[in-house]
Amino acid sequence: MTDLFSKFDPLIQQREALLATGVTDPFSLVMEKVLSPTVAICNGKETILLGTYNYMGMTFDDDVIAAGKQAYDDFGAGTTGSRVLNGTFDPHRDVETALREFYDMDHAMVFSTGYQANLGIISTIAGKGDYIILDIDSHASIYDGCKMGDAEIVAFRHNDIEALEKRLKRLPPEAGKLVVLEGVYSMLGDVAPLKEMVRISKENGAMVLVDEAHSMGFIGEHGRGVAEEQGCIDDVDFIIGTFSKSVGTVGGFCVSNHPKFEILRLVCRPYVFTAALPPSVMASSATSVRKLMHGSNKRAHLWENSKTLHKGLRDLGFTLGTETPQSAIIAVIMPDLEKGAMMWEALLAEGLYVNLARPPATPAGMTLLRCSLCAEHSAEQVQDILGRFERAGESDRDHLTAPFTHNFGTSTSAATSGHLRCHGLISICVPAWRFIFHAR
Amino acid sequence: MTDRSEMFDKLKGLIEPFNKKGVDLNDATTFAGDLEWDSLTVMDFVAEVEDTFDIVITMNMQAEIETVGQLADAVLKLVD
Repeated sequence: MTDLFSKFDPLIQQREALLATGVTDPFSLVMEKVLSPTVAICNGKETILLGTYNYMGMTFDDDVIAAGKQAYDDFGAGTTGSRVLNGTFDPHRDVETALREFYDMDHAMVFSTGYQANLGIISTIAGKGDYIILDIDSHASIYDGCKMGDAEIVAFRHNDIEALEKRLKRLPPEAGKLVVLEGVYSMLGDVAPLKEMVRISKENGAMVLVDEAHSMGFIGEHGRGVAEEQGCIDDVDFIIGTFSKSVGTVGGFCVSNHPKFEILRLVCRPYVFTAALPPSVMASSATSVRKLMHGSNKRAHLWENSKTLHKGLRDLGFTLGTETPQSAIIAVIMPDLEKGAMMWEALLAEGLYVNLARPPATPAGMTLLRCSLCAEHSAEQVQDILGRFERAGESDRDHLTAPFTHNFGTSTSAATSGHLRCHGLISICVPAWRFIFHAR
Repeated sequence: MTDRSEMFDKLKGLIEPFNKKGVDLNDATTFAGDLEWDSLTVMDFVAEVEDTFDIVITMNMQAEIETVGQLADAVLKLVD
């Protein structure tokens, strides 16, 4: 008998080798108690959270919690059914109304997660004979949506406007085309040149979908995301978003002005063939979305936090994923997985939690200590965070004195990690590098 | 129309800068096994081939291509 698990052996061995060095397993952290959007008890120790997607700190908002509790009383614990059968309650319709108001768009459709929103929309609207043109650094949910559908997939180099244009011009003019972009790319926290990319896509007859998961709530005048910030939101056909980041709950959505959009409720399988979210989650989400419309003070504070942390980490000598702070994500680039895991552990010992992101979840085989800020981090907390980074770096001096260099074209760690190696010239079954460790 | 051996030579020229191990190239040379390319190298190389021949090699097609010979056949078909 062939053991179906033998394909995981390289990853099992790499994991065992890492744990044999004595570091704490970075992928099995448990929060024993969560005290606020920014503080939890981990391993019995009070820990500052700098690795959540809780950008606007809505998880403990009084109104958000009260709305959820009320919905529990009014509608019960769950829906036990699909949105198209018995799973649409009043709060489901209300949160879709809240999204239409938030984005000032005609249609909104709520899925059970952001992952399912991408999976459903992309696989349904791009069919056989159509083309999907996507950034090579796209999230796993985008790749999985491509794999689930029947369209031809064309990838272009990350954030490369010319590479996108060249490929669009080479495709048959009459073919249906969907360009898939993200506002903020979540690993390095860098922003896409959406204005140019959307213009070029439209000039070449493509529809455009933008995933604004990591920008909702704090980028753009109304918090609608990078497309709003860059003044091209009116030309975007579909915006994908999530409730599990700035909104602070769980769920995913698509908003659009397409006149035929509502038909998707009948043909989109990841919408139809799964249970609708609990009414409490929908009521909390609706309240949170409406509060985010008036969150400009929090937005300003979050940007201050991002700028302070970016400058502070750079001054401490760390190499960062972006030249300037572009979002609420600041990625510290580590030389390799082992040193990254040791620094991660040293930070945890200091009472600071960040995300350890590693290949294949990261581009160019990089190991990252990914910091994501919250509007509820106080200015003092951000200074405290910098102090903890400094102390963790000192206790780990060997690793810090090594120059942190990265070269996007040539990654040696990628070449030596077995699970990144391609089968076939490239395999769409191994969709680039984003298919594990980066949950939505 | 380009002759197949001409196509093979052109591709050989494009592979060389990425052929760090100096692997001898023939029809049966595999990208993953023999050349030991990771996904990043593949991405750079595919872009190079696409730009040289002004074609698009979709990821669906790439999944079917394992050897240099298969790539030569695929590119010949695309430029035809």
